[in-house]
Order: sequence, then structure tokens, then C-alpha cells
Amino acid sequence: MIEFLRRFLSAASPSASTAKERLRLVLMTDHLALGPEIVDAMKRDLVDVISRHVEVDREKIEVTFERQDRAIALLANIPILSVRRPEPPAPPAPPAVRPRRKRSRRRRTTASAAEPAAAT
Amino acid sequence: MHALTHTATATEPAVTRGETTKLGRAIVVTSGKGGVGKTTTTANLGTALAQRGARVALVDADIGLRNLDILLGLENRVQYHVLDVLDENASLDDALVADKHSDGLYLLAAAQSREKEEVDTEKMRALVASLRERFDYVIIDSPAGIEKGFKNAVAGAQEAIVVCTPEVSAVRDVDRVVGLLGNRFRPQLVINRVRPQLVKKGTMLSVEDVDAFLRLPLLGVIADEPQIIVTTNRGEPLALSRDGQTANAYHAIAARIAGEDVPAPRVEMPKPTLFERLFRGGRA
Repeated sequence: MIEFLRRFLSAASPSASTAKERLRLVLMTDHLALGPEIVDAMKRDLVDVISRHVEVDREKIEVTFERQDRAIALLANIPILSVRRPEPPAPPAPPAVRPRRKRSRRRRTTASAAEPAAAT
Repeated sequence: MHALTHTATATEPAVTRGETTKLGRAIVVTSGKGGVGKTTTTANLGTALAQRGARVALVDADIGLRNLDILLGLENRVQYHVLDVLDENASLDDALVADKHSDGLYLLAAAQSREKEEVDTEKMRALVASLRERFDYVIIDSPAGIEKGFKNAVAGAQEAIVVCTPEVSAVRDVDRVVGLLGNRFRPQLVINRVRPQLVKKGTMLSVEDVDAFLRLPLLGVIADEPQIIVTTNRGEPLALSRDGQTANAYHAIAARIAGEDVPAPRVEMPKPTLFERLFRGGRA
């Protein structure tokens, strides 16, 4: 009868699943071998690169690591606030028409920042 | 060739591998963690391969902690050890001890009163290379750890068997060792000391759990069997017989190593009790 009860009680938290969870975490950190300062630096650099193209919410960035097969994947969740207009690379073009178009383009860019829907 | 006398049983010039010039396979048995059953695996795998008719050399690379001779029951026959050969105090023929039980099985014992750091990695590599010329299989029993002893054990090998038990620490260590080995050794996994009763209760990691973490080709699964203790006490590897699940599991590993297509390794799970049949029958 005691054995019977014990089985019911121990079924509540089988230690194998605890072992599995500990193992999952321990292997993840083993595989990473990255200090938090490196992760922070990586986060900063990522944001800098992405910010060239879109405006991101720096406060809500999440960088996590996930195990995939025998490798670790970096998953970055970076909320985008708005899309920056790509700065035209200003290719050399016929000078007669170019200046006017450029000016109009710039005006449109400023407008779009205030009212993004108008741009598209 | 040395003029020293042969060991008691090696009456004929020990080992020549027939006409074939093909080199044998050098396989290191390793694990990172100690006490998971590397030496038991080596002894049984060597026995099982020899029982299949292969010529097998077992090399105990655990310098300073010689054990493989005990498991094979050869401790009284060891005269020279691996460092005697490396230091050219004895020839390979002098140092190779013929097994009592299996034809074609030889042991090169570890040095007991020396240290792992004394072994020269390049010499070890050369030794394994010369053993490969004479044997179908050279199985190297690695010491625990990932330091010089491990590196020396791995030096001459082309393949690796990693031994793991269903424990967090053992899995972690195997994971680390596999990382150190890289792809070059195509490591294959033996899961040792599985206790089906505990797996069933949920108190032990299952074969599937360990497999999912390590994602290595599964070479074999060995149950934690009281008989192993008896065979170790006697110095007669379990694989000498073909009776029972565990002995057969070792023979299946040997067959798989030899390239035979053997069904996937598994341990028999305990039969459901009456209680479980009544209450869980519908779920299964």
C-alpha cells in the first residue's frame, strides 16, 4: 500500500524531466560559451546595422539562442517602428533633369516620416 | 626484434594478419566522464569482435590506472606494457598478451606505475599505426578526461565510440568530447547502464532522451545488468556467451561495427504490471 501511494506521489514530478530540462540548459550554455558582454556588444552592432534601414525599438529588442541540431541559432526579435526611406545612392545621371528630381524626393521623404501612409 | 621471451600463452610469434595488406580499423572508446563503462565496453566489444573471427588488439591507454587486464582476466599475464613498447624496452610481440578465452584477441596493457604525461603523442600514433598493420581492429580504451591521456588515446584512431550513461553529467561530457573530436572520428554512441524500470517510472533519462540531446548514430544500448559485476569479478567478459539480452547487445554492437545491418538497438522495457494494465491500458 505504501508503495502504491509512493508511486502516485512520485508521479507528480518525475526526475527524468527535471534532468532533461537541466541538460537542455547546460548544453545550451556550453555550446554558446559567450559572455553576457559579448551578447550585449552583438546586440548593439545588430541594432546599428538594422537601424540604417529601419527605425527599431531599442528598448524591446530580445536576443536569444536556440539549439538546432548540433548548432546554436541566434534569434533576434527586433520590433520595427517605421521604415526609413532608403537614401538614393545618387548615381551619376544627366545633370539637366537630376537636381529637380532630387529635391522633390527629399521633400517626399520628410513628409513620409510624419505620415507614412502618404509615401505609399 | 627483441630477444626477450614471450608471455606464457603467446607461444607462436604473436600476430600476423594473413595475406591482406589492408590496414585494420583503429577505434577509440571514450566518454569524458569516468565510470560510465568505457573499459567494460572495450573488453566486451573486443571479445565479441574476436568471437566473430576478427583479429583484435585492445590497447589500454589509461596510463597509471590499468584496468582492462582485470576485466579480461589477464592481470597475471601482463609482463610488458604500452610504455615499454614506446620506450623500446620491449617489442610489440613481447608486450601483446593473448586472451585466455577468445582466439585472435590480444591486449596491450597500460603502464601502472607511470603517468599519462610521459606518453609521447606521436609515438602513440605510430604504435597504433603498426598495430593496424597486424590486426583487423585496434580498440583503444581511453582514460576519462579531455587532457593529454585522452589526446594520446585518440591520436592514432580514425573512429570513435562514445559511451554515455543516462545522466546529466555523462551526457554533458559526451557532448563536450564529441565537440572536441569533431567530424573526423564519426563518433557513434553506446548508451550504457540503462535501467528500464527507472525509465518507465520517469526517474531516469530514456534512450530517446539521450539520443535527442546528442544526435549521434546509435551503436548500442546496454542495460544495467547485475551480471556485469559477476563477469568483472571473474575476469570473463559477458560477451563470451550469447545468453541474455546484454551479451547479445554487445554482439549486436560488434556486428554493427563490422558493417552488418542489425535492427535498431533497444532494451526491453518491463512488462506492465496488473495495476498498469487495468488503469493505463486504454492510454497506451
